[in-house]
Amino acid sequence: MTQSSNTPPHTEAAPEQAPTGGSSATDSTGETHTAETHTRDQAPTEEEVLRVEDLSVEFPTDDGRVKAVRNVSYSLREREVLSIVGESGSGKSVSSMAVMGLLPRSARISGRILYRGQDLLAMRQKELRSLRGRKISMIFQDPMTALNPVHTVGDQLAEAVLAHSLVPPAKARERAREMLDLVGIPQAAQRLRSYPHEFSGGMRQRVMIAMAIINDPDVIIADEPTTALDVTVQAQILEKLLEVKDAVNAAILLITHDLGVVAGLAHRVLVMYAGTPVEVGGTEDVFYRTRMPYTAGLLGSIPSMTSDHGEPLRPIRGTPPSLIDMPRGCPFSPRCPLADDTCRSVEPVLLPTDDQENEHLAACHHWERLAAADDPTAFFRNGGQY
Amino acid sequence: MSAAQQESEADSKTSAALLEVDDLEVRFPVHGAGFLRRVVGHVHAVSGVSLRLAEQETLGVVGESGCGKSTTGRAILQLVQATSGSVRYRGEELTTMSSSDLQRVRREAGIVFQDPYASLNPKLPVNDIIAEPLKVHRRWRDGGPERVAELLRMVGLSPEHGNRYPHEFSGGQRQRVGIARALALEPKLLVLDEPVSALDVSVQAGVVNLLEELQERLGLSYVFIAHDLSVVRHISDRVAVMYLGRVVETGTREDVYERASHPYTQALLSAAPWADPRQERTRERIVLTGDVPSPVNPPSGCRFRTRCWKAQDLCSEQVPELTDRGKGHPVACHFPD
Repeated sequence: MTQSSNTPPHTEAAPEQAPTGGSSATDSTGETHTAETHTRDQAPTEEEVLRVEDLSVEFPTDDGRVKAVRNVSYSLREREVLSIVGESGSGKSVSSMAVMGLLPRSARISGRILYRGQDLLAMRQKELRSLRGRKISMIFQDPMTALNPVHTVGDQLAEAVLAHSLVPPAKARERAREMLDLVGIPQAAQRLRSYPHEFSGGMRQRVMIAMAIINDPDVIIADEPTTALDVTVQAQILEKLLEVKDAVNAAILLITHDLGVVAGLAHRVLVMYAGTPVEVGGTEDVFYRTRMPYTAGLLGSIPSMTSDHGEPLRPIRGTPPSLIDMPRGCPFSPRCPLADDTCRSVEPVLLPTDDQENEHLAACHHWERLAAADDPTAFFRNGGQY
Repeated sequence: MSAAQQESEADSKTSAALLEVDDLEVRFPVHGAGFLRRVVGHVHAVSGVSLRLAEQETLGVVGESGCGKSTTGRAILQLVQATSGSVRYRGEELTTMSSSDLQRVRREAGIVFQDPYASLNPKLPVNDIIAEPLKVHRRWRDGGPERVAELLRMVGLSPEHGNRYPHEFSGGQRQRVGIARALALEPKLLVLDEPVSALDVSVQAGVVNLLEELQERLGLSYVFIAHDLSVVRHISDRVAVMYLGRVVETGTREDVYERASHPYTQALLSAAPWADPRQERTRERIVLTGDVPSPVNPPSGCRFRTRCWKAQDLCSEQVPELTDRGKGHPVACHFPD
């Protein structure tokens, strides 16, 4: 049969560039790759919009205090995508809920969360309410539970506008229509009258994105925004997320467990383990110049889409520690193939590694051994008995 | 005669397949809201699926939610009733088999479910969970307790933990219990229905490695159902890609992943994120528009045509048969690459 000459309509040659942008960088193999302009999304500016300092969250329970988040610090610049990665129970969601002020009252929160210099934790509820949903907005994993099933999508979107500004309802509705258009929902004017259940999963998530950007936010917190979606729909939603980020000049705090999503989207990555950051850096630095064994273990656990068959995966042995009864020393030491007596007695702090310029931090006593290795995931070969 | 049937005859001459599925069809009735709950339509969950599995082989069945991959797995083991079509295990037809004969076959063919939280009885200690199939099939008397301990060791758990309850184990350990239970009767075939998708990635890798070890040690054959393309690529010898109840492409792992020929397979592969920033930002990406249509009322002709960039009039008129164009790599498309 003759080959049809049609080409996929949405094929795009993505740009060959690290999103960290700027000057050229040298990778582990010693070759230099120069940065070019990034067309898929716009590079971050220098303007800092959110800074989290030493954030800790504890929950008192009958069994003891659960240290869900310990000493998390990061900053987020305009148009930047910072990804917080970790497995279940790593504290990635709790730390972002703290930013939104959505934690239950029982939570003991310490540290500072600065939005353009104002500390959200010191703010009164009323002030916080005026920021939340306007300047800082959130996209949840499951749009079916995040949207109200008994109100039309148009009413819910308009309500988000009216909650924060004194505009005539007709204007709010017009804004809602514009937003549905922007996130790629066809026949937006009619769809305003639909209820959430009348949309498919991908379309509902678009509605969530529309609601998150309707008040022109500075920060969008996206908590596993595509985890409930199929891959072909996930690709659409992620593309859309990058597009709206640039349309409203927002920064995105992307919380995910999927390193593939991180690789495609994030400018910088913060890896969390047992409630605390263990590696922070530019996306390429963290993926190609890994300086923390846990990150290497995660990368080694993922089956490759390109390499040859035959070699077993390299899982991390054991399970994450209990957050009530943390081991002494490094929380990863019971599972780490590099652990020694120092690791089991002294918890490493997050410190700059060899790459001072790009602010690549790691919490590991032995990051230099990873730096010296060709393939840090090899430490996890044969269950870590390398 | 359809291409799939031709292929099946060619196949049965060359290698004895352990499992042969032909033209499998599963439809579920949809009831109306009225008092009579009349049947108002059908969910076409599986439509004309044909699969082959050789001994000690892993067949990956991959597709998005609602594509019928899990229903196919269950229909293979007769856990859901096939509407029509045939499922043969070692040449024996299962769809028409009496329940006593079926019980004999079920010793040889087990299943591992996705959710290790829902598929283990929370009221039973793990020892009893694993012993249950032995008791049902009257194998408990000759060395039951020893067999349970052996099974626990086999999946990397300690036999001392056998008197604990499921909630005392982590997700990965529970899935190992589920595997131990499936192995209790020394099966030859396992249907693995999303066995690792509920697990964190570092734990998932351990379970995948375990499945590979067990296959080698015990000579098992797997039907591995998953939506995660990289896991399927890692574990499978051959792969079948499903879309809305139909197999759209099947072949060896290399055929499907390196030489994908159906537009849907190409789109699926290009949409799956890779954990490699440079690759991820430079490779070409096909972003499909729209969502999967409803299986109650699937599109006429090719079911993928509503989202396909190659679709022509022919695609809405004629169902593309799964056709092998002489490469052992059948594709159901009127305009394949």
